Amino acid sequence: MSEIIPPFHWHLFLTEPWSAWYLDTTLRVIAMAFCVSASCGLVGVYLILRRLALVGDAISHSVLPGIVLAALVAHTLTGPAIIIGAIVAGFVTTVLIESIDHHSRVKTDAAIGIVFSALFALGVVMVTMFAGDLHIDADCVLFGNLAEVATQPGMPPALIQAGSVLLATILLIGFFFKDLLVSAFDPTLARSLGIRARWIHYGLMAWLSVTVVSAFEAVGSIIVVAMLIIPGATALLLTDRLWKALVLTVIHAAASTVIGYHVGLWLDSNLPAAMVVAGLGLFVIAWLFSPSQGLLPRAIGRQRLRDRLEREKVEARETTEKAESR
Amino acid sequence: MSETSQPSPALEVHDLTVAYHKKPVLWGVDFEIPAGKLVGIIGPNGAGKSTLIKAAMGLLPLSSGWVEAFGRPLKEVRDRVGYVPQREEIDWDFPVNVMDVVLMGRYGKLGWLKRPGKADREIARACLEKVRMLPFADRQIANLSGGQQQRVFLARALAQESDLYFMDEPFAGVDAATEDAIIALLRELCSQGKTLFVVHHDLASVPDYFDWLVLLNLRLVASGPTSEVFTPEMLAKTYGGQLTVMTEVAEVLRRNEALAREESH
Repeated sequence: MSEIIPPFHWHLFLTEPWSAWYLDTTLRVIAMAFCVSASCGLVGVYLILRRLALVGDAISHSVLPGIVLAALVAHTLTGPAIIIGAIVAGFVTTVLIESIDHHSRVKTDAAIGIVFSALFALGVVMVTMFAGDLHIDADCVLFGNLAEVATQPGMPPALIQAGSVLLATILLIGFFFKDLLVSAFDPTLARSLGIRARWIHYGLMAWLSVTVVSAFEAVGSIIVVAMLIIPGATALLLTDRLWKALVLTVIHAAASTVIGYHVGLWLDSNLPAAMVVAGLGLFVIAWLFSPSQGLLPRAIGRQRLRDRLEREKVEARETTEKAESR
Repeated sequence: MSETSQPSPALEVHDLTVAYHKKPVLWGVDFEIPAGKLVGIIGPNGAGKSTLIKAAMGLLPLSSGWVEAFGRPLKEVRDRVGYVPQREEIDWDFPVNVMDVVLMGRYGKLGWLKRPGKADREIARACLEKVRMLPFADRQIANLSGGQQQRVFLARALAQESDLYFMDEPFAGVDAATEDAIIALLRELCSQGKTLFVVHHDLASVPDYFDWLVLLNLRLVASGPTSEVFTPEMLAKTYGGQLTVMTEVAEVLRRNEALAREESH
Protein backbone atom coordinates (compact mmCIF):
# COMPACT_ATOMS: atom_id res chain seq x y z
CA MET A 1 0.00 0.00 0.00
CA SER A 2 2.76 2.38 0.96
CA GLU A 3 4.24 1.97 -2.51
CA ILE A 4 1.02 3.07 -4.22
CA ILE A 5 0.10 6.00 -2.01
CA PRO A 6 3.11 8.01 -0.89
CA PRO A 7 3.30 8.76 2.83
CA PHE A 8 1.74 12.05 3.82
CA HIS A 9 4.14 14.36 5.60
CA TRP A 10 2.21 17.16 7.23
CA HIS A 11 5.21 19.40 7.20
CA LEU A 12 6.31 18.65 3.65
CA PHE A 13 2.98 19.00 1.85
CA LEU A 14 1.02 21.47 3.98
CA THR A 15 3.38 23.80 5.82
CA GLU A 16 6.43 23.87 3.62
CA PRO A 17 4.69 25.28 0.48
CA TRP A 18 3.69 28.32 2.54
CA SER A 19 7.14 28.91 4.01
CA ALA A 20 9.11 31.93 2.84
CA TRP A 21 11.23 29.78 0.58
CA TYR A 22 8.34 28.41 -1.53
CA LEU A 23 5.73 31.09 -0.92
CA ASP A 24 6.30 32.84 -4.24
CA THR A 25 5.87 29.63 -6.23
CA THR A 26 2.82 28.57 -4.24
CA LEU A 27 1.11 31.92 -4.60
CA ARG A 28 1.77 32.12 -8.32
CA VAL A 29 0.51 28.62 -9.06
CA ILE A 30 -2.54 28.99 -6.85
CA ALA A 31 -3.37 32.45 -8.19
CA MET A 32 -3.11 31.25 -11.77
CA ALA A 33 -5.21 28.14 -11.19
CA PHE A 34 -7.77 30.10 -9.18
CA CYS A 35 -8.21 32.80 -11.85
CA VAL A 36 -8.63 30.17 -14.54
CA SER A 37 -10.97 27.99 -12.50
CA ALA A 38 -13.10 30.88 -11.22
CA SER A 39 -13.61 32.52 -14.62
CA CYS A 40 -14.38 29.17 -16.25
CA GLY A 41 -16.72 28.31 -13.39
CA LEU A 42 -18.62 31.61 -13.65
CA VAL A 43 -19.15 31.22 -17.38
CA GLY A 44 -20.01 27.58 -16.72
CA VAL A 45 -22.94 28.52 -14.46
CA TYR A 46 -24.62 30.14 -17.45
CA LEU A 47 -23.74 27.21 -19.70
CA ILE A 48 -25.40 24.84 -17.23
CA LEU A 49 -28.49 27.01 -16.91
CA ARG A 50 -28.85 27.25 -20.68
CA ARG A 51 -28.18 23.49 -21.09
CA LEU A 52 -25.07 24.28 -23.09
CA ALA A 53 -22.59 22.28 -21.02
CA LEU A 54 -21.83 20.16 -24.08
CA VAL A 55 -21.14 23.25 -26.15
CA GLY A 56 -18.65 24.31 -23.48
CA ASP A 57 -16.95 20.98 -23.97
CA ALA A 58 -16.95 21.57 -27.73
CA ILE A 59 -15.52 25.07 -27.67
CA SER A 60 -12.83 24.19 -25.16
CA HIS A 61 -11.46 21.79 -27.78
CA SER A 62 -12.21 23.60 -31.00
CA VAL A 63 -10.39 26.81 -30.04
CA LEU A 64 -7.14 24.93 -30.62
CA PRO A 65 -6.75 25.67 -34.35
CA GLY A 66 -7.55 29.33 -33.60
CA ILE A 67 -4.84 29.41 -30.96
CA VAL A 68 -2.28 27.77 -33.23
CA LEU A 69 -3.00 30.15 -36.10
CA ALA A 70 -2.81 33.18 -33.84
CA ALA A 71 0.37 31.87 -32.22
CA LEU A 72 1.99 31.40 -35.64
CA VAL A 73 1.16 34.99 -36.55
CA ALA A 74 1.94 36.68 -33.23
CA HIS A 75 4.72 34.37 -31.92
CA THR A 76 3.32 34.39 -28.41
CA LEU A 77 0.71 32.53 -26.44
CA THR A 78 -0.75 35.46 -24.55
CA GLY A 79 -2.16 38.81 -25.56
CA PRO A 80 -4.74 40.14 -27.98
CA ALA A 81 -3.83 37.94 -30.96
CA ILE A 82 -4.63 34.77 -29.04
CA ILE A 83 -7.84 36.25 -27.66
CA ILE A 84 -8.97 37.20 -31.16
CA GLY A 85 -7.96 33.79 -32.52
CA ALA A 86 -10.00 32.12 -29.79
CA ILE A 87 -13.06 34.28 -30.38
CA VAL A 88 -12.95 33.55 -34.10
CA ALA A 89 -12.55 29.82 -33.49
CA GLY A 90 -15.36 29.86 -30.93
CA PHE A 91 -17.60 31.74 -33.34
CA VAL A 92 -16.81 29.33 -36.18
CA THR A 93 -17.62 26.42 -33.87
CA THR A 94 -20.98 27.89 -32.84
CA VAL A 95 -21.97 28.73 -36.40
CA LEU A 96 -20.84 25.34 -37.76
CA ILE A 97 -22.79 23.46 -35.08
CA GLU A 98 -25.91 25.48 -35.78
CA SER A 99 -25.60 25.19 -39.57
CA ILE A 100 -25.20 21.42 -39.45
CA ASP A 101 -28.08 21.25 -36.98
CA HIS A 102 -30.40 23.43 -39.08
CA HIS A 103 -29.48 22.42 -42.60
CA SER A 104 -29.19 18.67 -42.32
CA ARG A 105 -30.94 15.83 -40.54
CA VAL A 106 -27.95 15.53 -38.19
CA LYS A 107 -29.16 16.33 -34.67
CA THR A 108 -27.53 18.83 -32.30
CA ASP A 109 -25.56 16.35 -30.19
CA ALA A 110 -24.11 14.68 -33.29
CA ALA A 111 -23.35 18.08 -34.83
CA ILE A 112 -21.43 19.07 -31.69
CA GLY A 113 -19.56 15.75 -31.80
CA ILE A 114 -18.56 16.29 -35.42
CA VAL A 115 -17.48 19.91 -35.10
CA PHE A 116 -15.46 19.89 -31.91
CA SER A 117 -13.57 16.66 -32.47
CA ALA A 118 -12.75 17.57 -36.07
CA LEU A 119 -11.58 21.08 -35.20
CA PHE A 120 -9.54 19.74 -32.29
CA ALA A 121 -7.97 17.17 -34.62
CA LEU A 122 -7.20 19.93 -37.09
CA GLY A 123 -5.55 21.84 -34.25
CA VAL A 124 -3.47 18.82 -33.26
CA VAL A 125 -2.34 18.36 -36.87
CA MET A 126 -1.33 22.02 -36.96
CA VAL A 127 0.48 21.81 -33.62
CA THR A 128 2.55 18.84 -34.75
CA MET A 129 3.20 20.42 -38.20
CA PHE A 130 4.46 23.68 -36.81
CA ALA A 131 5.89 22.31 -33.58
CA GLY A 132 9.23 23.94 -34.29
CA ASP A 133 7.75 27.44 -34.54
CA LEU A 134 5.47 27.10 -31.57
CA HIS A 135 5.78 27.19 -27.86
CA ILE A 136 3.15 24.48 -27.43
CA ASP A 137 3.24 20.74 -27.98
CA ALA A 138 0.64 17.98 -27.83
CA ASP A 139 1.38 17.36 -24.16
CA CYS A 140 0.75 20.99 -23.30
CA VAL A 141 -2.50 20.92 -25.29
CA LEU A 142 -3.82 18.02 -23.27
CA PHE A 143 -2.51 18.78 -19.80
CA GLY A 144 -1.32 22.36 -19.82
CA ASN A 145 1.73 23.64 -18.01
CA LEU A 146 0.64 25.26 -14.78
CA ALA A 147 4.14 25.23 -13.27
CA GLU A 148 5.33 27.63 -15.96
CA VAL A 149 4.04 30.67 -14.08
CA ALA A 150 6.35 29.73 -11.23
CA THR A 151 9.51 29.74 -13.29
CA GLN A 152 9.09 33.02 -15.15
CA PRO A 153 10.82 36.04 -13.64
CA GLY A 154 8.62 39.00 -12.72
CA MET A 155 4.90 38.97 -13.26
CA PRO A 156 4.09 36.17 -15.73
CA PRO A 157 2.00 37.44 -18.70
CA ALA A 158 -0.23 34.36 -18.48
CA LEU A 159 -1.14 35.27 -14.91
CA ILE A 160 -1.85 38.89 -15.85
CA GLN A 161 -4.09 37.68 -18.67
CA ALA A 162 -5.93 35.15 -16.51
CA GLY A 163 -6.43 37.78 -13.81
CA SER A 164 -7.77 40.30 -16.32
CA VAL A 165 -10.11 37.70 -17.77
CA LEU A 166 -11.48 36.90 -14.30
CA LEU A 167 -11.99 40.59 -13.55
CA ALA A 168 -13.66 41.17 -16.93
CA THR A 169 -15.87 38.11 -16.43
CA ILE A 170 -17.11 39.46 -13.10
CA LEU A 171 -17.73 42.91 -14.63
CA LEU A 172 -19.57 41.47 -17.63
CA ILE A 173 -21.82 39.36 -15.40
CA GLY A 174 -22.50 42.49 -13.34
CA PHE A 175 -23.37 44.56 -16.41
CA PHE A 176 -25.54 41.94 -18.07
CA PHE A 177 -26.96 40.23 -14.98
CA LYS A 178 -30.59 40.96 -15.89
CA ASP A 179 -30.21 40.12 -19.56
CA LEU A 180 -28.35 36.87 -18.84
CA LEU A 181 -30.89 35.87 -16.20
CA VAL A 182 -34.07 36.50 -18.15
CA SER A 183 -32.76 35.17 -21.46
CA ALA A 184 -31.74 31.90 -19.79
CA PHE A 185 -34.91 31.57 -17.70
CA ASP A 186 -37.59 32.72 -20.15
CA PRO A 187 -36.19 33.45 -23.63
CA THR A 188 -39.63 34.39 -24.96
CA LEU A 189 -40.11 37.08 -22.31
CA ALA A 190 -36.55 38.27 -22.91
CA ARG A 191 -37.21 38.72 -26.60
CA SER A 192 -40.57 40.38 -26.01
CA LEU A 193 -38.71 42.88 -23.82
CA GLY A 194 -36.41 43.66 -26.73
CA ILE A 195 -33.38 41.80 -25.37
CA ARG A 196 -31.49 40.37 -28.29
CA ALA A 197 -31.30 36.73 -27.28
CA ARG A 198 -29.07 35.80 -30.20
CA TRP A 199 -26.52 38.47 -29.29
CA ILE A 200 -26.53 37.24 -25.72
CA HIS A 201 -25.95 33.71 -27.03
CA TYR A 202 -23.09 34.68 -29.32
CA GLY A 203 -21.64 36.98 -26.67
CA LEU A 204 -21.64 34.13 -24.17
CA MET A 205 -19.98 31.84 -26.70
CA ALA A 206 -17.35 34.49 -27.49
CA TRP A 207 -16.62 35.00 -23.81
CA LEU A 208 -16.53 31.25 -23.27
CA SER A 209 -13.82 31.12 -25.95
CA VAL A 210 -11.85 33.84 -24.18
CA THR A 211 -11.98 32.16 -20.76
CA VAL A 212 -11.14 28.81 -22.29
CA VAL A 213 -8.14 30.13 -24.17
CA SER A 214 -6.72 31.90 -21.17
CA ALA A 215 -7.07 28.63 -19.28
CA PHE A 216 -5.73 26.47 -22.06
CA GLU A 217 -2.05 26.98 -21.58
CA ALA A 218 -2.25 26.49 -17.84
CA VAL A 219 -4.50 23.47 -17.51
CA GLY A 220 -4.96 21.95 -20.97
CA SER A 221 -8.04 21.29 -23.05
CA ILE A 222 -9.47 18.40 -21.06
CA ILE A 223 -9.18 19.76 -17.55
CA VAL A 224 -10.77 23.01 -18.67
CA VAL A 225 -14.06 21.21 -19.37
CA ALA A 226 -14.18 20.08 -15.75
CA MET A 227 -13.41 23.61 -14.57
CA LEU A 228 -16.29 24.92 -16.66
CA ILE A 229 -18.89 22.58 -15.25
CA ILE A 230 -17.97 21.24 -11.79
CA PRO A 231 -17.87 24.53 -9.79
CA GLY A 232 -21.24 25.70 -11.12
CA ALA A 233 -22.85 22.29 -10.78
CA THR A 234 -21.71 22.12 -7.15
CA ALA A 235 -22.92 25.65 -6.42
CA LEU A 236 -26.34 24.99 -7.97
CA LEU A 237 -26.76 22.01 -5.64
CA LEU A 238 -26.33 24.29 -2.66
CA THR A 239 -28.53 27.29 -3.38
CA ASP A 240 -31.73 28.45 -5.06
CA ARG A 241 -30.56 31.95 -5.96
CA LEU A 242 -28.46 32.79 -8.96
CA TRP A 243 -26.19 35.36 -7.32
CA LYS A 244 -25.49 33.01 -4.44
CA ALA A 245 -24.64 30.28 -6.94
CA LEU A 246 -22.14 32.62 -8.60
CA VAL A 247 -20.48 33.41 -5.25
CA LEU A 248 -20.39 29.72 -4.31
CA THR A 249 -18.85 28.94 -7.70
CA VAL A 250 -15.93 31.23 -6.92
CA ILE A 251 -15.59 29.71 -3.44
CA HIS A 252 -15.60 26.23 -4.97
CA ALA A 253 -12.90 27.30 -7.43
CA ALA A 254 -10.75 28.67 -4.60
CA ALA A 255 -11.23 25.65 -2.35
CA SER A 256 -10.59 23.07 -5.05
CA THR A 257 -7.50 24.98 -6.17
CA VAL A 258 -5.93 25.07 -2.71
CA ILE A 259 -6.91 21.52 -1.75
CA GLY A 260 -5.87 20.22 -5.17
CA TYR A 261 -2.53 21.98 -4.93
CA HIS A 262 -1.62 20.19 -1.71
CA VAL A 263 -2.99 16.86 -2.88
CA GLY A 264 -1.03 17.25 -6.12
CA LEU A 265 2.20 17.91 -4.22
CA TRP A 266 1.55 14.96 -1.96
CA LEU A 267 0.77 12.49 -4.76
CA ASP A 268 3.31 14.13 -7.07
CA SER A 269 0.66 14.39 -9.80
CA ASN A 270 -0.34 16.84 -12.49
CA LEU A 271 -1.57 19.83 -10.48
CA PRO A 272 -4.65 20.90 -12.53
CA ALA A 273 -5.85 17.29 -12.55
CA ALA A 274 -5.44 17.09 -8.78
CA MET A 275 -7.45 20.33 -8.47
CA VAL A 276 -10.27 18.89 -10.56
CA VAL A 277 -10.28 15.72 -8.45
CA ALA A 278 -10.51 17.93 -5.36
CA GLY A 279 -13.35 19.86 -7.03
CA LEU A 280 -15.12 16.61 -7.75
CA GLY A 281 -14.73 15.66 -4.09
CA LEU A 282 -16.47 18.90 -3.11
CA PHE A 283 -19.20 18.17 -5.65
CA VAL A 284 -19.81 14.73 -4.17
CA ILE A 285 -19.98 16.21 -0.67
CA ALA A 286 -22.55 18.77 -1.87
CA TRP A 287 -24.50 16.06 -3.69
CA LEU A 288 -24.69 13.92 -0.56
CA PHE A 289 -25.11 16.60 2.12
CA SER A 290 -26.66 19.71 0.52
CA PRO A 291 -29.29 20.83 3.05
CA SER A 292 -31.96 21.37 0.38
CA GLN A 293 -31.14 18.78 -2.28
CA GLY A 294 -28.58 16.39 -0.78
CA LEU A 295 -29.26 12.67 -1.00
CA LEU A 296 -28.78 12.18 2.74
CA PRO A 297 -30.92 15.07 4.09
CA ARG A 298 -33.67 14.06 1.68
CA ALA A 299 -33.53 10.44 2.77
CA ILE A 300 -33.64 11.54 6.42
CA GLY A 301 -36.59 13.82 5.64
CA ARG A 302 -38.49 10.98 4.03
CA GLN A 303 -37.73 8.65 6.94
CA ARG A 304 -38.93 11.28 9.45
CA LEU A 305 -42.15 11.71 7.49
CA ARG A 306 -42.68 7.94 7.45
CA ASP A 307 -42.02 7.76 11.21
CA ARG A 308 -44.44 10.58 11.89
CA LEU A 309 -47.19 9.04 9.79
CA GLU A 310 -46.59 5.68 11.51
CA ARG A 311 -46.76 7.34 14.93
CA GLU A 312 -49.94 9.17 14.04
CA LYS A 313 -51.51 5.97 12.77
CA VAL A 314 -50.66 4.20 16.05
CA GLU A 315 -52.02 7.11 18.09
CA ALA A 316 -55.22 7.20 16.06
CA ARG A 317 -55.68 3.45 16.55
CA GLU A 318 -55.11 3.80 20.30
CA THR A 319 -57.67 6.57 20.64
CA THR A 320 -60.28 4.62 18.69
CA GLU A 321 -59.54 1.51 20.77
CA LYS A 322 -59.90 3.53 23.95
CA ALA A 323 -63.15 5.02 22.71
CA GLU A 324 -64.47 1.56 21.81
CA SER A 325 -63.47 -0.01 25.13
CA ARG A 326 -65.48 2.60 26.93
CA MET B 1 -62.65 59.65 -40.95
CA SER B 2 -60.39 61.11 -38.27
CA GLU B 3 -58.06 59.10 -35.99
CA THR B 4 -59.90 60.16 -32.86
CA SER B 5 -63.36 59.01 -33.89
CA GLN B 6 -62.01 55.58 -34.82
CA PRO B 7 -59.42 54.49 -32.22
CA SER B 8 -56.85 52.04 -33.57
CA PRO B 9 -57.53 48.43 -32.58
CA ALA B 10 -55.51 46.92 -29.73
CA LEU B 11 -54.20 44.33 -32.14
CA GLU B 12 -54.37 44.09 -35.88
CA VAL B 13 -53.05 41.02 -37.64
CA HIS B 14 -52.93 41.21 -41.39
CA ASP B 15 -52.39 38.24 -43.75
CA LEU B 16 -50.08 36.55 -41.26
CA THR B 17 -48.27 33.45 -42.53
CA VAL B 18 -45.66 31.60 -40.49
CA ALA B 19 -43.75 28.55 -41.69
CA TYR B 20 -41.41 26.09 -39.97
CA HIS B 21 -39.11 24.28 -42.39
CA LYS B 22 -41.21 25.50 -45.33
CA LYS B 23 -44.34 23.93 -43.81
CA PRO B 24 -46.88 26.62 -42.99
CA VAL B 25 -48.16 26.48 -39.40
CA LEU B 26 -50.28 29.61 -39.78
CA TRP B 27 -51.79 30.63 -43.04
CA GLY B 28 -53.14 34.03 -44.03
CA VAL B 29 -54.48 34.94 -40.61
CA ASP B 30 -56.29 38.24 -40.63
CA PHE B 31 -58.19 39.91 -37.78
CA GLU B 32 -58.65 43.01 -35.66
CA ILE B 33 -59.39 43.13 -31.95
CA PRO B 34 -60.84 46.25 -30.31
CA ALA B 35 -59.22 47.38 -27.05
CA GLY B 36 -60.55 46.20 -23.70
CA LYS B 37 -61.54 42.68 -24.76
CA LEU B 38 -60.88 39.37 -23.05
CA VAL B 39 -60.02 37.28 -26.09
CA GLY B 40 -59.90 33.49 -26.17
CA ILE B 41 -57.76 31.77 -28.78
CA ILE B 42 -59.43 28.45 -29.44
CA GLY B 43 -58.50 25.56 -31.68
CA PRO B 44 -57.40 21.91 -31.72
CA ASN B 45 -53.87 20.77 -30.84
CA GLY B 46 -51.38 21.89 -33.45
CA ALA B 47 -53.72 24.60 -34.71
CA GLY B 48 -50.98 27.19 -34.24
CA LYS B 49 -52.30 28.92 -31.12
CA SER B 50 -48.92 29.36 -29.42
CA THR B 51 -47.38 30.23 -32.78
CA LEU B 52 -49.99 32.95 -33.26
CA ILE B 53 -49.10 34.47 -29.90
CA LYS B 54 -45.38 34.39 -30.59
CA ALA B 55 -45.79 35.74 -34.10
CA ALA B 56 -48.06 38.50 -32.84
CA MET B 57 -45.38 39.43 -30.30
CA GLY B 58 -42.91 39.75 -33.16
CA LEU B 59 -40.77 36.80 -32.02
CA LEU B 60 -40.98 34.67 -35.15
CA PRO B 61 -39.87 35.36 -38.69
CA LEU B 62 -43.00 35.95 -40.77
CA SER B 63 -43.37 34.49 -44.24
CA SER B 64 -45.86 37.21 -44.99
CA GLY B 65 -48.10 39.76 -43.33
CA TRP B 66 -47.70 42.21 -40.48
CA VAL B 67 -48.86 42.84 -36.94
CA GLU B 68 -49.68 46.17 -35.33
CA ALA B 69 -50.62 46.98 -31.76
CA PHE B 70 -52.40 50.27 -31.05
CA GLY B 71 -51.77 51.26 -34.65
CA ARG B 72 -48.02 50.89 -34.44
CA PRO B 73 -45.49 48.12 -35.21
CA LEU B 74 -44.91 45.79 -32.26
CA LYS B 75 -41.27 46.85 -31.95
CA GLU B 76 -42.33 50.38 -31.04
CA VAL B 77 -44.81 49.38 -28.33
CA ARG B 78 -42.84 46.62 -26.60
CA ASP B 79 -43.26 48.20 -23.19
CA ARG B 80 -47.04 47.96 -23.59
CA VAL B 81 -46.99 44.19 -24.21
CA GLY B 82 -46.97 41.59 -21.45
CA TYR B 83 -46.52 37.84 -21.59
CA VAL B 84 -47.35 34.70 -19.60
CA PRO B 85 -45.51 31.61 -20.86
CA GLN B 86 -46.78 28.07 -21.11
CA ARG B 87 -45.88 26.06 -18.02
CA GLU B 88 -43.89 23.46 -19.95
CA GLU B 89 -41.57 26.13 -21.32
CA ILE B 90 -40.21 26.94 -17.87
CA ASP B 91 -37.30 25.16 -16.18
CA TRP B 92 -38.73 25.03 -12.66
CA ASP B 93 -35.35 24.03 -11.14
CA PHE B 94 -33.89 27.38 -12.21
CA PRO B 95 -32.18 29.18 -9.29
CA VAL B 96 -34.74 31.95 -8.87
CA ASN B 97 -37.33 32.59 -6.18
CA VAL B 98 -40.83 33.98 -6.58
CA MET B 99 -39.70 37.59 -6.08
CA ASP B 100 -36.96 37.22 -8.74
CA VAL B 101 -39.51 36.01 -11.28
CA VAL B 102 -41.95 38.85 -10.61
CA LEU B 103 -39.15 41.41 -10.78
CA MET B 104 -38.37 40.19 -14.30
CA GLY B 105 -41.64 41.85 -15.23
CA ARG B 106 -39.99 45.17 -14.41
CA TYR B 107 -36.94 44.62 -16.64
CA GLY B 108 -38.65 46.20 -19.63
CA LYS B 109 -39.12 49.44 -17.68
CA LEU B 110 -35.53 49.49 -16.44
CA GLY B 111 -32.63 50.87 -18.37
CA TRP B 112 -29.48 48.94 -19.15
CA LEU B 113 -27.27 48.43 -16.07
CA LYS B 114 -30.15 49.44 -13.79
CA ARG B 115 -31.14 47.05 -11.06
CA PRO B 116 -34.72 46.77 -9.88
CA GLY B 117 -35.05 49.44 -7.22
CA LYS B 118 -37.25 49.99 -4.21
CA ALA B 119 -40.17 51.19 -6.31
CA ASP B 120 -39.96 48.07 -8.50
CA ARG B 121 -39.94 45.86 -5.41
CA GLU B 122 -42.99 47.68 -4.10
CA ILE B 123 -44.81 47.08 -7.38
CA ALA B 124 -43.74 43.44 -7.39
CA ARG B 125 -45.00 43.01 -3.82
CA ALA B 126 -48.32 44.62 -4.72
CA CYS B 127 -48.69 42.30 -7.71
CA LEU B 128 -47.90 39.26 -5.56
CA GLU B 129 -50.44 40.46 -3.02
CA LYS B 130 -53.03 40.67 -5.80
CA VAL B 131 -52.60 37.00 -6.66
CA ARG B 132 -52.27 36.18 -2.93
CA MET B 133 -48.71 34.89 -3.33
CA LEU B 134 -46.88 37.46 -1.21
CA PRO B 135 -46.23 35.00 1.66
CA PHE B 136 -44.33 32.85 -0.85
CA ALA B 137 -42.04 35.64 -2.12
CA ASP B 138 -38.87 33.89 -0.92
CA ARG B 139 -39.80 30.41 -2.16
CA GLN B 140 -37.85 28.73 -4.93
CA ILE B 141 -40.32 28.24 -7.79
CA ALA B 142 -40.02 24.44 -7.86
CA ASN B 143 -41.46 24.35 -4.32
CA LEU B 144 -44.87 25.61 -5.41
CA SER B 145 -48.01 23.87 -6.61
CA GLY B 146 -49.05 24.19 -10.25
CA GLY B 147 -51.68 26.79 -9.42
CA GLN B 148 -49.21 28.79 -7.35
CA GLN B 149 -46.66 28.70 -10.16
CA GLN B 150 -49.26 29.99 -12.60
CA ARG B 151 -50.19 32.81 -10.22
CA VAL B 152 -46.54 33.84 -9.91
CA PHE B 153 -46.34 34.28 -13.66
CA LEU B 154 -49.58 36.20 -13.60
CA ALA B 155 -48.06 38.50 -10.98
CA ARG B 156 -45.06 38.96 -13.26
CA ALA B 157 -47.40 39.96 -16.09
CA LEU B 158 -49.14 42.44 -13.77
CA ALA B 159 -45.75 43.89 -12.87
CA GLN B 160 -45.18 44.56 -16.56
CA GLU B 161 -48.02 47.10 -16.37
CA SER B 162 -48.89 46.50 -20.01
CA ASP B 163 -51.95 47.30 -22.09
CA LEU B 164 -51.87 44.17 -24.20
CA TYR B 165 -51.26 40.72 -22.72
CA PHE B 166 -50.53 37.38 -24.32
CA MET B 167 -51.11 34.35 -22.10
CA ASP B 168 -50.34 30.81 -23.17
CA GLU B 169 -52.76 28.52 -21.35
CA PRO B 170 -52.80 30.23 -17.96
CA PHE B 171 -55.44 27.75 -16.78
CA ALA B 172 -53.42 24.61 -17.55
CA GLY B 173 -52.79 22.45 -14.50
CA VAL B 174 -54.45 24.72 -11.94
CA ASP B 175 -57.12 23.81 -9.40
CA ALA B 176 -60.66 25.15 -9.62
CA ALA B 177 -60.17 27.79 -6.92
CA THR B 178 -57.10 29.17 -8.70
CA GLU B 179 -58.93 29.15 -12.02
CA ASP B 180 -61.70 31.28 -10.47
CA ALA B 181 -59.14 33.66 -8.98
CA ILE B 182 -57.30 33.97 -12.30
CA ILE B 183 -60.42 34.68 -14.35
CA ALA B 184 -61.55 37.28 -11.81
CA LEU B 185 -58.19 38.99 -12.18
CA LEU B 186 -58.31 38.86 -15.99
CA ARG B 187 -61.78 40.43 -15.94
CA GLU B 188 -60.52 43.17 -13.67
CA LEU B 189 -57.67 43.92 -16.09
CA CYS B 190 -60.16 44.04 -18.94
CA SER B 191 -62.37 46.46 -17.08
CA GLN B 192 -59.32 48.73 -16.85
CA GLY B 193 -59.26 48.82 -20.66
CA LYS B 194 -56.49 46.27 -21.11
CA THR B 195 -56.70 43.68 -23.87
CA LEU B 196 -55.93 40.05 -23.07
CA PHE B 197 -55.17 37.21 -25.47
CA VAL B 198 -55.59 33.88 -23.77
CA VAL B 199 -54.89 30.51 -25.34
CA HIS B 200 -57.54 28.25 -23.88
CA HIS B 201 -58.36 24.56 -24.04
CA ASP B 202 -61.50 23.93 -22.07
CA LEU B 203 -64.43 24.57 -24.41
CA ALA B 204 -66.98 24.27 -21.61
CA SER B 205 -65.82 27.50 -19.97
CA VAL B 206 -65.37 29.47 -23.20
CA PRO B 207 -68.75 31.26 -23.36
CA ASP B 208 -68.47 32.12 -19.70
CA TYR B 209 -64.90 33.48 -19.78
CA PHE B 210 -64.38 35.33 -23.03
CA ASP B 211 -66.18 38.16 -24.75
CA TRP B 212 -64.26 37.76 -28.01
CA LEU B 213 -62.97 34.62 -29.73
CA VAL B 214 -60.35 33.82 -32.30
CA LEU B 215 -61.09 30.38 -33.75
CA LEU B 216 -57.99 28.93 -35.30
CA ASN B 217 -57.00 25.85 -37.24
CA LEU B 218 -53.90 26.76 -39.26
CA ARG B 219 -56.18 29.30 -40.92
CA LEU B 220 -58.44 31.71 -39.16
CA VAL B 221 -61.89 30.16 -38.90
CA ALA B 222 -63.59 33.11 -37.26
CA SER B 223 -62.90 36.14 -35.11
CA GLY B 224 -65.64 38.05 -33.37
CA PRO B 225 -67.79 38.46 -30.27
CA THR B 226 -68.35 35.15 -28.49
CA SER B 227 -72.13 35.37 -28.94
CA GLU B 228 -71.65 35.47 -32.71
CA VAL B 229 -68.89 32.96 -33.35
CA PHE B 230 -69.35 30.33 -30.64
CA THR B 231 -71.77 28.34 -32.76
CA PRO B 232 -71.90 24.63 -33.69
CA GLU B 233 -71.11 25.41 -37.34
CA MET B 234 -68.02 27.47 -36.53
CA LEU B 235 -66.76 24.97 -33.95
CA ALA B 236 -67.32 22.10 -36.37
CA LYS B 237 -65.20 23.99 -38.87
CA THR B 238 -62.52 24.68 -36.26
CA TYR B 239 -62.28 21.17 -34.88
CA GLY B 240 -62.94 19.40 -38.15
CA GLY B 241 -65.61 17.23 -36.60
CA GLN B 242 -63.51 15.59 -33.87
CA LEU B 243 -66.21 13.50 -32.24
CA THR B 244 -65.33 13.92 -28.56
CA VAL B 245 -64.95 17.65 -28.96
CA MET B 246 -68.21 17.96 -30.86
CA THR B 247 -70.21 16.16 -28.17
CA GLU B 248 -68.63 18.45 -25.59
CA VAL B 249 -69.58 21.50 -27.66
CA ALA B 250 -73.13 20.26 -28.16
CA GLU B 251 -73.43 19.81 -24.40
CA VAL B 252 -72.16 23.34 -23.71
CA LEU B 253 -74.45 24.91 -26.28
CA ARG B 254 -77.48 23.00 -25.00
CA ARG B 255 -76.75 24.19 -21.48
CA ASN B 256 -76.35 27.77 -22.68
CA GLU B 257 -79.62 27.69 -24.56
CA ALA B 258 -81.38 26.23 -21.54
CA LEU B 259 -79.97 29.04 -19.40
CA ALA B 260 -81.05 31.64 -21.96
CA ARG B 261 -84.56 30.17 -22.05
CA GLU B 262 -84.82 30.29 -18.27
CA GLU B 263 -83.72 33.90 -18.24
CA SER B 264 -86.23 34.94 -20.92
CA HIS B 265 -89.08 33.29 -19.01
